[in-house]
Amino acid sequence: MFRIANTPLSPAELKPLLSDAHAGACVEFEGWVRNHNEGRPVLALDYEAFAPLAEKEGERILAEAKAKFEIREAVCVHRVGALAIGDLAVWVGVSAAHRGAAFDACRYIIDEAKARVPIWKKEHYADGSTEWVNCATRPSAES
Amino acid sequence: MKTLRIQYFALLREQRGLTQEQLATEAATPRALYEELRAQHGFTLPADRVRAAINGEFSSADAPLREGDEVVFIPPVAGG
Repeated sequence: MFRIANTPLSPAELKPLLSDAHAGACVEFEGWVRNHNEGRPVLALDYEAFAPLAEKEGERILAEAKAKFEIREAVCVHRVGALAIGDLAVWVGVSAAHRGAAFDACRYIIDEAKARVPIWKKEHYADGSTEWVNCATRPSAES
Repeated sequence: MKTLRIQYFALLREQRGLTQEQLATEAATPRALYEELRAQHGFTLPADRVRAAINGEFSSADAPLREGDEVVFIPPVAGG
């Protein structure tokens, strides 16, 4: 299950979706909002998604992970909206018979999600400026 | 002339000042449509940094646009 959520994520509620009697391993990844990016102090983030396509592309990533790795279940939920430092922005959970596949699949899912899913992040900096991450049209060295 | 519905997100939403609009255009492809909109609204992202989606699915920049299509231009993504 891949979902875009506009309310806070609850790992305790998501984790039971991974339950499987064949599973001997569970790997969870949490992406948190941090207070700096590329040397600039960050105060807050806004996330925005094209939800129908984000969920479609996210489901494709989970299906790929299930085909590539010996896993049982995989779930990813990504927040949208205004987030503060320390908030949970994305949660990935994978269950598998053994830990190797669970770690590998979890890494694959978060890496592909960051690269392919139509989600955008606007950073609010301490100096009052803002920027949509990856959308600058000049080298960041100039800013 | 065909009529399309366009949805804007993130940087493009801010630069257009709208979340969506209906538009009559002669543009035959997403690439041509983006260039038309970019010239009109001063979008800073060049066409080669924007992906297109038609009717809720990724499409080629050179796919044919048809009457009633819903088009979304996707700036560089940054989830996680």
